[in-house]
Amino acid sequence: MSDTSAEVAVDVTGGGAHNAEAMSHSGPAMKIAGYAAMVVVFLVVALPLYWILVTSFKQQQDIYTQPAEWWPKHFTTTPYHAATTQIAFWDYVRNSVIITAILSVTKIVLGVISAYALAMLRFPGRGLLFVVIIAALMVPNQITVISNYALVSQMGWRNTYQGIIIPLAGVAFGTFLMRNQFLSLPGEIIESARMDGAGPLKMLWRVVLPMSWPTLIAFSIITVVNEWNEYLWPFLMSDDQRTGTLPIGLTFLQNNDGTSQWAPIMAGTVLAMLPVLILFLALQRHMIKGLTAGAVKG
Amino acid sequence: MASVYFDGATRLHKGNTKPSVDSVTLDIEDGEFLVLVGPSGCGKSTTLRMLAGLEPVDAGRILIDGHDQKGVRPRDRDVAMVFQSYALYPNMSAEENMAFALRNGGMSKAEARQRVHEAAEILELSPLLGRKPGQMSGGQRQRVAMGRAIVRNPKVFCMDEPLSNLDAKLRVSTRAQIAALQRRLGVTTVYVTHDQTEAMTMGHRVAVLKDGVLQQVDTPEVLYDHPVNTFVAGFIGSPAINLIDAKVHDGRAEFFGATTPLERDRIGDAASVTIGVRPESWTVADALDKNGVALKVDLVESLGAEVFIYGSPEMDEEAKRITVRTDKKHRPAVGDIVRVTPVADEVHVFDASSGERL
Ligand SMILES: Nc1ncnc2c1ncn2[C@@H]1O[C@H](COP(=O)(O)OP(=O)(O)O)[C@@H](O)[C@H]1O
Ligand SMILES: [Mg+2]
Repeated sequence: MSDTSAEVAVDVTGGGAHNAEAMSHSGPAMKIAGYAAMVVVFLVVALPLYWILVTSFKQQQDIYTQPAEWWPKHFTTTPYHAATTQIAFWDYVRNSVIITAILSVTKIVLGVISAYALAMLRFPGRGLLFVVIIAALMVPNQITVISNYALVSQMGWRNTYQGIIIPLAGVAFGTFLMRNQFLSLPGEIIESARMDGAGPLKMLWRVVLPMSWPTLIAFSIITVVNEWNEYLWPFLMSDDQRTGTLPIGLTFLQNNDGTSQWAPIMAGTVLAMLPVLILFLALQRHMIKGLTAGAVKG
Repeated sequence: MASVYFDGATRLHKGNTKPSVDSVTLDIEDGEFLVLVGPSGCGKSTTLRMLAGLEPVDAGRILIDGHDQKGVRPRDRDVAMVFQSYALYPNMSAEENMAFALRNGGMSKAEARQRVHEAAEILELSPLLGRKPGQMSGGQRQRVAMGRAIVRNPKVFCMDEPLSNLDAKLRVSTRAQIAALQRRLGVTTVYVTHDQTEAMTMGHRVAVLKDGVLQQVDTPEVLYDHPVNTFVAGFIGSPAINLIDAKVHDGRAEFFGATTPLERDRIGDAASVTIGVRPESWTVADALDKNGVALKVDLVESLGAEVFIYGSPEMDEEAKRITVRTDKKHRPAVGDIVRVTPVADEVHVFDASSGERL
């Protein structure tokens, strides 16, 4: 999780622009190397995606043919029908939406508020608290899974939403990211708002957040994608479509009659990908920098 | 409107051994325009920020209208600040920027709008009220920052180098506008700058700060004519005063072969003094006058009406260059030897070691 998050975060804070600039200043060799790297990355990312998409339109007998079929010979939408009917697909979608929505909102709100407190308020133990939060980031959640499982199932929370949601609602990453964002804002604007009589909430809502949208949106997208794709914990917590999320549902597709029916699984995967893809495309143009333009320079 | 009184105000930043502002005592009258001037890092901003409540006062007090401001929050001090960076809210239009404080203070939308439009009228910002800071030029942003301060109609204006981000021409015109605006509004103003020209032209009085210590507070004329020490003498005036180490002999100061009379009761029995001679306090003498300093001309700067000659004393080529102002009738060429004598009653005399005025 932290890997992808860190990458996106770095990009958002303007790394992209610098790279582009650096490239235009260097020789043709660098340029070629740059394009080559881009092609490699594109293939690594795009090929599997393409394969998933193509497979989801194939008939079962065409999937294992040699040599590989790069375009479905017998184009069919049956796998989509199978994916949405063989399992309680819409139940899983509902669970995914509910769990992702609650978790994302909780994480974003808690992340912003805790980061705001850490960045703007002076209170004893502030530094220590931040170190504790960083430390929490360093603990892989696979380590805490066993004790969490014991605790949550003891409380009888298996197959409940709260059993899935509450243990996942920690926000160390968001706190860390947003705190650094808030600290990077020009101090004189914050002081100006203090002199203008803005209380803490008004300061957050009218002054601090409007200058932080790109980071906040990146953080939100990361959070939504992570929660939507979360597998291990929901898998441990739910047995069926009562609380299972889409990724869990897709595994039931795999096991339905003993053999792996790859076409419906791929179809299900495509359907599961669509919402986050749309969300990303809708929000990415807001992730540009430059919101502080004109604030503190003459 | 209010008076401001710094009573031994001191600020020691964490981790420093020397106070950034050291026991500053300063009485600012109601409606006065006080300019706080000094080189970069001398504690001007810190002094202003203490007044605004953005920095604590570690020792001493700051009174506004006779009330100790200790523990009073910035928002409750009724002080408006114009920051060096302007610190405009980038997401708000000029109008919203100016109305922000008013609305936070509970003023109705209509009344805030009225006040903002009045201020915009004064500052010639009316056509720009809908624009965001990113869509404005530096000068326009500066005026919005001013507008944000004046709509509040505060007791005190604090301005921290508000002109330093403008180009030279705009700076000159804005300088005059700010001074005129202050006269019109009559709000007590503390104006910080490192530019001695701004200090000399804008304020009623000028306070000169060095290393956090207040050196002298007085009108521009007094600072110029009676600087209390070599620092103030050197800081005020452009081109700078010539400070020359001189031996005292027989009631006269001797330097580079020239002499100038000293008042005996002022210098006591000092063996040497530092004399200060402003560029315009020299007269170009007859080439044979042995009382003059022979200068080898290094540079001639002609500004039309006046001419500045920069030259090294022939007797000591290593010594600091001496600046002399003459009129266009005396225009030597580079390499010429010019004899100059100080006008005796315009010579400033300072203690050679402490730099204090004698
Ligand atoms: N937050 C701070 N922490 C430590 N030292 C500071 C801080 N702010 C200012 N100083 C010190 O105080 C001195 C005065 O700073 P400042 O008031 O900003 O100077 P000026 O505005 O005259 O250029 C400087 O020497 C600076 O190093
Ligand atoms: Mg400063």
